Amino acid sequence: MTLALETTDLKVQLRLADGWFTACDLSALVPGRGVAALLPDGRQVALFRDRTGRLYAVGNRDPFTGAAVLSRGLTGTHQGRPFVASPLLKQRFDLISGQCLDDEAVRVAAYEVRASPHQSAPVRTT
Amino acid sequence: MSTDTRTDTPTIVLVGHGMVGQRFLEALAERGLTATHRVVVLCEEPRPAYDRVALTSYFSGRTPEDLSMTDMRFIEDHGIELYTGDPAESIDRAAKQVTARSGRVFGYDTLVLATGSYPFVPPVPNKDAEGCFVYRTIEDLLAIEEYAKTRARTGAVVGGGLLGLEAAGALKGLGMDTHIVEFAPRLMPVQVDEGGGAALLRTIEGMGLSVHTGTGTQEIVTGAEGAVTGMKLSDGSELAVDMVVFSAGVRPRDQLARDCGLAVGERGGISVDERCRTVGDPHVFAIGECALAADGRVYGLVAPGYEQAETAAAAIAADEGEQLTFTGADLSTKLKLLGVDVASFGDAHGTAEDCLDVVYSDSRAGLYKKLVIGRDGTLLGGILVGDAETYGTLRALTGSVPPIAPESLVLPAGADSGAQLGPSALPDEAIICSCHNVSKGAIRGAVGEHRCTTVPEVKKCTKAGTGCGSCVKVLGQLVDAELEASGIEVDKGLCGCFAQTREELYEIVLALRITSYQDLLDRHGREDARGGDGCETCKPAVGSIIASLAPAIGASGYVLDGEQAALQDTNDHFLANLQKNGSYSVVPRIPGGEIAPEKLIVIGEIARDFGLYTKITGGQRIDMFGARVEQLPLIWARLVDAGFESGHAYGKALRTVKSCVGSTWCRYGVQDSVRMAIDLELRYRGLRSPHKLKSAVSGCARECAEAQSKDFGVIATSNGWNLYVGGNGGATPRHADLLAQDLSDAELVRLIDRFLMFYIRTADRLERTSTWLERIPGGLDHVRDVVVHDSLGICDELEQMMRAHVAHYRDEWAETIDDPEKLARFVSFVNAPDTPDPVVAFVPERDQIKPDLPLLSIGIRPSDTAADVLEGSAQR
Ligand code: SRM
Ligand SMILES: Cc1cc2nc3c(=O)[nH]c(=O)nc-3n(C[C@H](O)[C@H](O)[C@H](O)COP(=O)(O)OP(=O)(O)OC[C@H]3O[C@@H](n4cnc5c(N)ncnc54)[C@H](O)[C@@H]3O)c2cc1C
Ligand code: SF4
Ligand code: FES
Repeated sequence: MTLALETTDLKVQLRLADGWFTACDLSALVPGRGVAALLPDGRQVALFRDRTGRLYAVGNRDPFTGAAVLSRGLTGTHQGRPFVASPLLKQRFDLISGQCLDDEAVRVAAYEVRASPHQSAPVRTT
Repeated sequence: MSTDTRTDTPTIVLVGHGMVGQRFLEALAERGLTATHRVVVLCEEPRPAYDRVALTSYFSGRTPEDLSMTDMRFIEDHGIELYTGDPAESIDRAAKQVTARSGRVFGYDTLVLATGSYPFVPPVPNKDAEGCFVYRTIEDLLAIEEYAKTRARTGAVVGGGLLGLEAAGALKGLGMDTHIVEFAPRLMPVQVDEGGGAALLRTIEGMGLSVHTGTGTQEIVTGAEGAVTGMKLSDGSELAVDMVVFSAGVRPRDQLARDCGLAVGERGGISVDERCRTVGDPHVFAIGECALAADGRVYGLVAPGYEQAETAAAAIAADEGEQLTFTGADLSTKLKLLGVDVASFGDAHGTAEDCLDVVYSDSRAGLYKKLVIGRDGTLLGGILVGDAETYGTLRALTGSVPPIAPESLVLPAGADSGAQLGPSALPDEAIICSCHNVSKGAIRGAVGEHRCTTVPEVKKCTKAGTGCGSCVKVLGQLVDAELEASGIEVDKGLCGCFAQTREELYEIVLALRITSYQDLLDRHGREDARGGDGCETCKPAVGSIIASLAPAIGASGYVLDGEQAALQDTNDHFLANLQKNGSYSVVPRIPGGEIAPEKLIVIGEIARDFGLYTKITGGQRIDMFGARVEQLPLIWARLVDAGFESGHAYGKALRTVKSCVGSTWCRYGVQDSVRMAIDLELRYRGLRSPHKLKSAVSGCARECAEAQSKDFGVIATSNGWNLYVGGNGGATPRHADLLAQDLSDAELVRLIDRFLMFYIRTADRLERTSTWLERIPGGLDHVRDVVVHDSLGICDELEQMMRAHVAHYRDEWAETIDDPEKLARFVSFVNAPDTPDPVVAFVPERDQIKPDLPLLSIGIRPSDTAADVLEGSAQR
């Protein structure tokens, strides 16, 4: 399917291998809450915005359960670092590095993310 | 008549299964004697040992079963032969045999008499008339209650001592005009002095009881039918009363011993030596209230009796390492009589030579506190009336020189005394629990060596606090102090963001009307958490507090409004329960479990149309599983349309009120349990609380709705409803406690209103009512004081809050499907609202669906960030 062109001012974009990808309007992100976006290759990403307006993006899939639900977890600050807690079994993941804080061996993808006035080209998903 | 076949096993016969008798059996078991001996118990009362000390709590809702101290499993496991309703009638010491009323004869090697006391009834004319009672056994109480309910409006208690006041409180509680007649010039003459008596008198008169001190009972006056109509007093006056309860002291039950020639004291009591052996017969022991101890005294309290039980068991075990002796005991007592704290300890009357008194008295407030201090500053004893907060500490300090000035120990808290005396000031030998003789050192050991970290653990480990309960407060302080000292941080804070407990945050939010989490975090959070994003522990907890208090603080009661949305766990955020594959379950409310066929059909149709898995839940309703997030609004639009509301299966809120079919259909039902269950479910639906709340209503005592396993459970009686609280199924099941009996509909609802609001106010995060009730100081009694007797004066406020909740309730799902902005959140992908999450897929099972688990298990632990394992499956 083709994604509709966005019309609002600021867009949330993340960097993929081939450039910046526009995920959604900034206004779609409630501070402290996440949303999931679908990437062109079928992967899923969880996007967050904290109370100061900073944006974060990590893989949406919870490595402990396999469900794609990290975007639905609660966020917080632990020793100054932002994290999201999986809504299933509550493991915490650092939002900047994707590192699981409860299990050193586990990590999810972390993406560079920005709010930008520029529109990128519409992308096709499957 | 049967004669006991004597075996080779040595036999111990215990006569009397009261509190001390039971303790003696436990002491035998602990020493392994039940394994090596045959143990026979003759019990006069129709029921095994129960908590006589707490007898009066029968009138505040405890049943005879609640009062029981006898675990029948203990009796069986130790092979103890217990004969209830079969008293010993004679003892043949030469043949070493006891004959019971039933005719059974038991041979013994060791005989233990624990026959207790009988109430002394002064020899006044007509003392046995109909309407005259004593106050000692459960049977006495049942008889008093029956008579008071059917035949009496005014009652008199003869005796203004400890037990007399308890009896008077019971009569008052039964709704009678109550008189107390005391021969001595003051109430509780044994425990308190003149000043204390005066404070007590004012308070008790203030409660509407009539007290007549300095006068005796001369005669009971009876009417034509021989029943009580009044009593004549020695001061010439006459009282018109319909019943009389004698509580003029007790006398040891030593007749059995006298009849077989054992030595008894001049004023009664079976003479025993320091090891509780009767004087003159080494095979016979006497313990408890029937014994005249080696120090020449008969003890009328349970703690010395327990000590004697241990002493006798040790002597029988002939354990040389454990040469216990009983040479006297502490007569300290603390009571809550008619809601007044009264305590006395040590040398309360100042009989020691040259001692001094420190007295604080405020007659307006009904306070009187006296300490007796020796010349060298040693604390010798004291009396506390009206406020016995410091009792535990002071009792333990008795016999030592307190580390701070005595005056500061009796000044009321908050007065400018400056000094606070914590239990840390106590020496290790100080006895904290006198019921079980547990020293401070033993409690420290429980924390230090046995790694107990909570009061309930310490109670279990040491028995401290499991008797009269008066030491529990000090115990709590001590455990905290000890944990702190051993480096185990007792940070009671909610989480890393807040140093306050949930209860404290509740009070802050209420008092300052804080409606924003960020506000609360920035102003009241821990220093380093301020300005941050909080955490997944405090966000939902604070969200729940704000939701509970919404009407009172002016917040929106709708959990998805504004910042509130960001605080909710995912279940509350999507108003559904997250399942293992990222799909959700949907549970509409079915109040009381009652549902009409049309509605059942609607649920069936919806489940069929959306391909959902359906299951009847344990909560008498229907759960539909496997909904994708974007289907939730579509499903709910149809449910709301058919008249369904959210069932809050996702929230820390009221879940279900289960019902049994009750009097409408069931041949046994005595009330309409279905109607009451529906009423309660509709009243409390949507109420956010520290943990989930469950309830049930049964139509009769057969209890088909399992109300006693619920946070609040209701069981119909022929007179109304009994209310049980603090029940729990789950991992740690707990039977609910009876809070109040025979309530009308309105009384029931009012009491539940208060109970729930008090729980919501004071419980910890994720603390069910069962654990809350176990944790809070004073437990059930305290809760009953607060919600039944309004001891904190907050009941109006609690009821008001519940009324506000009821008035403001709106269905969350109806509100959500009316709000396009909120609905926009119900998508799998923000950038592809019509695309379903490909991980949420199903396979068939038993004619329905289940999550496609292999799909989930692919690459559980991605080794690096680049290759997101979802790829493969997402492309399918
Ligand atoms: C659906 C149901 C099982 C069923 O198929 O019957 C169920 C399902 C869940 N129970 Fe339950 N419980 C269900 C009845 C019970 C009962 C029986 C009852 O209510 O009569 C109990 C024991 C009674 C009690 O609570 O005292 C029960 C004791 C628990 C506990 C343990 C609570 C405790 O205090 O020990 C948990 C865990 C918790 O809440 O922390 C739990 C938690 C859960 C959760 C919420 C676990 C979770 O977070 O995913 C389950 C999700 C439900 C869902 O997705 O819809 N469930 N659960 C029942 C729903 C009842 C309803 O209509 O609302
Ligand atoms: C209302 C009330 C409040 C009290 N409050 C307190 C308090 O706050 N603190 C405190 O320390 N104490 C209190 N007491 C006193 C306390 O209950 C007693 O000290 C304690 O029960 C004594 O235990 P016991 O086993 O010696 O006697 P009991 O508990 O009286 O037991 C004796 C048992 O022996 C049975 N018996 C007697 N003769 C025979 C026989 N021939 N054959 C078989 N059985 C026989 C009796 O029926 C009875 O069941 C209170 C008592 C009452 C009544
Ligand atoms: S609890 Fe009583 S009224 Fe209800 S169904 Fe069972 S037997 Fe009938
Ligand atoms: S002093 Fe009675 S239980 Fe501890």
